[in-house]
Amino acid sequence: MRGGPDITRAAHGRKLPEPARLQTAPARDYVGGVDATLSRSPQPVRNLHRFANPGRFLRISGRLLPPLAVAAAILTAAGFAWGLFFAPADWQQGDSVRIMYVHVPAAWLASSGYVALAVCSVLSLVWRHPLADLAAVEIGPVGAGFAALCLATGSLWGKPTWGAWWVWDARLTSMLVLFFLYLGHVALVRAFDDPQRGYRAGAILALVGVVDLPIIKFSVDWWNTLHQPSTITLTGAPSMYVGMLWPLLICALGFTLGFAAIVTARLRAAVMERRIRALLMARARESG
Amino acid sequence: MDHLTYIMASYGLAVVIGGGFAVSAWARMRRARRRLAAIDPRGRT
Amino acid sequence: MTRKKRRLIILLASGVCLGSAAALTLSAFNDSIVFFVAPSDVGTKAPAPGRTFRLGGLVEAGSVERTRLGGKPGARFRVTDGGAAVPVEYVGILPDLFREGQGVVALGTLRADGVFMAAEVLAKHDETYMPKEVADALKKSGHWNPDQGPPPPAATWNTLTAPKNGG
Repeated sequence: MRGGPDITRAAHGRKLPEPARLQTAPARDYVGGVDATLSRSPQPVRNLHRFANPGRFLRISGRLLPPLAVAAAILTAAGFAWGLFFAPADWQQGDSVRIMYVHVPAAWLASSGYVALAVCSVLSLVWRHPLADLAAVEIGPVGAGFAALCLATGSLWGKPTWGAWWVWDARLTSMLVLFFLYLGHVALVRAFDDPQRGYRAGAILALVGVVDLPIIKFSVDWWNTLHQPSTITLTGAPSMYVGMLWPLLICALGFTLGFAAIVTARLRAAVMERRIRALLMARARESG
Repeated sequence: MDHLTYIMASYGLAVVIGGGFAVSAWARMRRARRRLAAIDPRGRT
Repeated sequence: MTRKKRRLIILLASGVCLGSAAALTLSAFNDSIVFFVAPSDVGTKAPAPGRTFRLGGLVEAGSVERTRLGGKPGARFRVTDGGAAVPVEYVGILPDLFREGQGVVALGTLRADGVFMAAEVLAKHDETYMPKEVADALKKSGHWNPDQGPPPPAATWNTLTAPKNGG
């Protein structure tokens, strides 16, 4: 459209004509070192794109990852030990209540991981943020894993408590839909020869799927379901004994940091892999 | 502890899924770093 | 208008369209998303006799009669939501959590005489998580009779530190 040539975008290789883009884009991104993308741009860099710089991302995340991973491991281990051995049994559920310390954080992370996926999709669709593309690709499988963990542990809790492994109520069904949305995203972003098209299609799917998030959250209030309503609400005191609430919060924090650490590690690998491809391609062109 | 199999299966799944993602991400990162160091001597990671 | 702004507006517009489409669809299907029918709706919405549906509510206090029906272990009880109550007959093993005052969801059909013939009974757990000591303290102090329904507000018990003396 109007507004003069958008040089920052051209430097990311998005604006080049279709056939040229495939070969030149990655090479142009990285051939002169990672910072070339930005230092070559004569325009002042937009704020958002500061974080798109893969070199800076690798530097910052490299420092951040070890403490993140260690904290996640310690908190999760402490939360699990607390939940398994020290938290009291429930007066009705007995010891099956301990499954909650896995199930609830997994459910929270599956949902908030999807929010992260949606945010990356907006950054990718609107601002063409190159790191957001890669982040969305790497969040997908991890989110699917947490959603699967939530569904499986829910089943393992439902059998002794409800008397059924699975029921088709609104909460369980909408959570299953979230799992399939993740799987669909995982498949779709990898389904195209041109990765850019995959990112675009995946981002659209992810944003359409956002509809499912309020349905999951409010299903237990809007319709009567077999699944119980939320124990922890913004408005009232949590209807959970504090001796059970603490280990749950520790586990949730551990899962959150763990999710972040796993995604960061995968994203670091993805950035490096992309640079390797770009370097190899540039080298092949030089020698050929 | 009642329903011990259900409880152990839940925690086991959590460890397997979480640990699996962590180990595979770490391995992938290490492989990428080594390959990058081999082909790009200036590479700082 | 820059390209970015245009993309953002397109995205927001599609979001609004999609959101309202989803909301309309959900409200149109509102009745079929419901997992169970409450006893007071059985009277008004009256599913045809012989049609299978789920009945959900609390097991009425003092209504449970564990017995043998047709030579097999079973139970008779009433499911209530405070407004109406429906008598239920069930042949089979009840779930561990089944008790008076407990939420249950039963799958079955309504007989012509108004008795619900359950083929399956699931216990519905509520959102409270309470150690046995706290539950006992509340019962002993008379603050809560589990047979009558849900526990008192959470703020009155969720930090009970010395449950045995408290209440």
